[in-house]
Amino acid sequence: MTPLTAHLLVAALLFAIGLAGALTRRNAILVLIGIELMLNAANLNFIAFWRYSPHPEALTGMMFAIFSIAVAAAEAAVGLGLVIAIHRHLHSTDLDHMNRMKG
Amino acid sequence: MSFVFWIIAAITLGGALTAVVLKNTVHCALALTAAFLGLALLFLGLDAQFAGFAEILVYVGAVAILVVFAILLTRGSETPKGSVYSRYSVVGLIAAAAVFAVLGWAVLQSAHSFPNEQAVPSATAQQIGIALVGRYVLPLEILALLLTIATIGAVIVALHEKEETNG
Repeated sequence: MTPLTAHLLVAALLFAIGLAGALTRRNAILVLIGIELMLNAANLNFIAFWRYSPHPEALTGMMFAIFSIAVAAAEAAVGLGLVIAIHRHLHSTDLDHMNRMKG
Repeated sequence: MSFVFWIIAAITLGGALTAVVLKNTVHCALALTAAFLGLALLFLGLDAQFAGFAEILVYVGAVAILVVFAILLTRGSETPKGSVYSRYSVVGLIAAAAVFAVLGWAVLQSAHSFPNEQAVPSATAQQIGIALVGRYVLPLEILALLLTIATIGAVIVALHEKEETNG
C-alpha cells in the first residue's frame, strides 16, 4: 500500500464516521461535530494530495486546506450560535423536536 | 507505511469514533479534541508544518473550546436518559457505510503511485506567507470578510431577544 492510498483510506474512514455521526445523533451539537469531522477528512485529502503531487512547490493543496480550516472555523461559530439560539427558543437541542419553521 | 502513521491514524479514528458514539456530550467534545490532535499529527507527518500547527491552533484551541461552551450554555452536560440516536439512525448508518464502501473502493481501484513519493516538498511559513499575499491575496481578503461577517452574525444570532420586545 502506498502512503497516499493509506492516507486516503484513513480520510475516507474519518469521513464515514463523521457522516454517521451527523446522520444518527439527536443532539444538534453532535451533528455539528460530525460535520467538522467530515471537513477535516477533506483537509487530510488535500494535504495528502499536495504532499505526493508532482508539483508541491505550487502550494495549491496546502492553500486549499488552510482556507478550508478558516471557513470551517467560521461555520462552527455560526452553527453553535444557531444551536444556542434554538435552545433558547425550544429549551432543547434535540433535533427530533425541531419540526416547525415558525418560531 | 510506517508504524508511527498507523498509531496516529488509530488515535485519530478512535477519537472520532468515540466522539460520535459516547452518550455524554462533554466526553464527546474531549474525544473530538483527541481526533483533531491526531489529524494535526498526520499533517505534520505529511511535511505540512503550517497546516498542522494551524489545525492545532484553530481546532484544538478554538473549535473544541467553542463546542464545550455551547454544550455548557445549552445544559447538555448531563447524560441524557433516553436514546441519543435519532429515529432514522439505521438509515444513517447504512448511508455512511455505503459512502465508505464507495470511497474505499474508488481509492483502492485508482490510487497508483504518484511521482513524488520520496522527495520532501518544502513549504515554509515564509513561502506560504508570500503566496498568501501574492497569488492568493483575493481569497485571503474574501476570507477576512467572511470571518468578520461570521463573527458578527454568530453574536447577533446568539444574542438575547428581550431587548427587541422593549424597543
